[in-house]
Amino acid sequence: MTRKRQRMIYVVAGMVALGFATGLVLFSLGDNLVFFYSPTDVLQKGAPANRTFRIGGLVEMGSVEHVAADQVRFVVTDTANTMKVSYQGVLPSLFREGQGVVAEGRVDAAGVFVAQQVLAKHDETYMPPEVVDALKKSGEWRGN
Amino acid sequence: MEGQLTAELGHFALLLALMIAAVQAVVPLIGAQRDVAPWIAVARPAAFGQFLMVAVAFAALMRAFLISDFSVSAVYQSSHSQMFWLYKLTGTWGNHEGSLLLWILILSGFGAAVAAFGTNLPPALQARVLAVQAMIGVGFLSFIVFTSNPLARVIPVPPEGLGLNPLLQDPGLAFHPPFLYLGYVGFSMAFSFAVAALIEGRVDPAWARWVRPWTLAAWCFLTIGITGGSWWSYYELGWGGFWFWDPVENASFMPWLAGTALLHSAIVVERRDTLKSWTVLLAILTFSLSLLGTFIVRSGVLTSVHAFATDPARGMFILGFLIVVIGGSLTLYALRAPALKSGGLFAPISREGALVLNNLLLATACASVLLGTLYPLLLDALTGDKVTVGPPFFDATFGPLMVPLLAAVTVGPMLPWKRADLMGAAQRLRFVFIAAVLVGFVTWIFTTGMSWPAAVGIVLSVWLVVGSLVPLAERVKLFSVPFTESLQRAAGMPRSVWGMVMAHAGLGFVLLGITVLLTWQTELGTVLKPGQSASLNGYTFTFEGAGNVRGPNYTAVRGVFSVTRDGRPVTTLAPETRSYVGSAMTTTEASIRPVWFGDLYAAIGESDGAGGFAARFYFKPFVQWIWLGAMVMVAGGFVSLSDRRHRVGAPARRGAPAGGKIRTEASAAE
Repeated sequence: MTRKRQRMIYVVAGMVALGFATGLVLFSLGDNLVFFYSPTDVLQKGAPANRTFRIGGLVEMGSVEHVAADQVRFVVTDTANTMKVSYQGVLPSLFREGQGVVAEGRVDAAGVFVAQQVLAKHDETYMPPEVVDALKKSGEWRGN
Repeated sequence: MEGQLTAELGHFALLLALMIAAVQAVVPLIGAQRDVAPWIAVARPAAFGQFLMVAVAFAALMRAFLISDFSVSAVYQSSHSQMFWLYKLTGTWGNHEGSLLLWILILSGFGAAVAAFGTNLPPALQARVLAVQAMIGVGFLSFIVFTSNPLARVIPVPPEGLGLNPLLQDPGLAFHPPFLYLGYVGFSMAFSFAVAALIEGRVDPAWARWVRPWTLAAWCFLTIGITGGSWWSYYELGWGGFWFWDPVENASFMPWLAGTALLHSAIVVERRDTLKSWTVLLAILTFSLSLLGTFIVRSGVLTSVHAFATDPARGMFILGFLIVVIGGSLTLYALRAPALKSGGLFAPISREGALVLNNLLLATACASVLLGTLYPLLLDALTGDKVTVGPPFFDATFGPLMVPLLAAVTVGPMLPWKRADLMGAAQRLRFVFIAAVLVGFVTWIFTTGMSWPAAVGIVLSVWLVVGSLVPLAERVKLFSVPFTESLQRAAGMPRSVWGMVMAHAGLGFVLLGITVLLTWQTELGTVLKPGQSASLNGYTFTFEGAGNVRGPNYTAVRGVFSVTRDGRPVTTLAPETRSYVGSAMTTTEASIRPVWFGDLYAAIGESDGAGGFAARFYFKPFVQWIWLGAMVMVAGGFVSLSDRRHRVGAPARRGAPAGGKIRTEASAAE
């Protein structure tokens, strides 16, 4: 075992590990990226078919409708456009009308966004960065 | 009135700490370069002084919180006079400014500990370590003083505070940050030692023995912190998850992965005097990942389910600091590392080889987590697309990388140093292998719904738990000598060996808990009126009704569910939804009861307005094993830390060509 040979083994082993990891990453990155859309994006680009994505904006005032105790419908707005959302499950405790929201799911045949998950926030003043950007784009952002 | 004086005193102490840190960062370093003893001697008293001043500032802030002095802005922002006293106290670090002060308190605390216990370090090395530690201190202290002063005043004094985020008013999260920071910041020791060694141009086994206990201690604390956070999200977020692959979680997990690799590579430096430049690099990277974690959490650049309101401007400061620290240390590394001479050679199949494999896989896994965490930032910067990388990505990349690592954990300790015989090790492990496959097979036959990754998980966890006991059994010559002699041998065995066995077995418990939980957990969401019931996994949950209860600073809706199995009462669950005074927030307080082989978990949601309540029930099999296993790992770390050879300050540098003599002595000891 010479020093040179030992170094070669390191290099080869490192390449194998990195190659393996790169393969895994490329393989799974394509399928598992979740894109973020604002209601305007959905209108302009169309909703991605057969793919989970995130929608974000403000919960429109007066739009929350409890269909059943664990089934809720509401409208997400970026103030320029809106999107209907339906969700079955317990809503996070900070879900409020007029506040920012991010939901993950897909669009059904009727064009309603069926959320699998409504993201919880830990702080009442927190606004997801994507929502801030979406609101800035539609010119409705009043913060800094 | 005297409360006001205390805050000013604290502020003054903070400024003094900054000045002391500035002196400590420069004078001892020059002293060590030029060999000026009085300049070197500045390091220790400066380290003590800096810690004392930061402690005074921290105590002042804590006092302000305890007596609800709302003239201090941090107290006004995140406290309330009606809060339970413990949460007033822990509210000290429940806000941006206070948590940074805690960061710096721990940083200067580690510096003072090196000054106090590192008496056998060569004075020049100690001075350099303390100087590097002080450089980090200067960065963070000036950040606090100039942008995030925790002791700033509000005028006029508000009559009442805004209240602490209700999620933080919980014992699990109250003590989560201190442990997390002890871990994060603890890795600064490894960093300072690495940079000092690069400046000195010398890394030898003695250096590794000095670094290891600090790294091990930091690793233990970080493990406690991560476990506590995971446990908290399990019972507090109301849906019983234990890990979400969320950016904020990944931020603490990446330093843990790198730190685990560092612990193992430091063993090779200590015992075999090789792998030096890699270990130094790993020490730099581990702390850099800690800083990156602080940046991710504090800046809020990434959307996170654990997100708190943040200030991007402050994030920019940490980002700048990050660039200086990482850029500077890596430049130094590039200049000096080639000078580090490599020591003993070894065959690929050997203890060293196994530890290299460990490092390779941990580093690769860490890199894939890093990529997944930062990918949204990269893509946003490059294309403007907003994306999230979700749990499926991490499951698909991290999981497969862990399989060979976990399989190797059992084999590594069976291999001797330098060169080993893989067949021999396989021979000694054959019963473990048979047992693992047998358990996997039996589970496969007697259960339903098992997937093949679950089968791999079960086999690997048995392999880990039983396999980690084999080196132990061989050392005490179990069954080949009388049992009493085995006991004597066990008592005389180095504690580091016990520690290793516990840590590896604990890892097996964690894996078993995760596998069983993910394979067999069941859940049910429904709406119940009083008197109605729902069944899950053989348990019947009957809704007895809901009522209002009052806490010190909240009101809650509490639902009562009686649980029966085959008609026999099992327990009563009482989940709550709490609304806090002075806050628009509500929190879910799940009710959890351990039963045979798992947890019963109930959460209550909103009323449907017609007497019914949304309720969710879960059966979480083996979930406690995840945290108990992690605690076994931590216990292993502490046992190893109590080994006389690892005790902080125990080792001394011996004659120039280290290695040889020490090594044989150490091998004899094991």
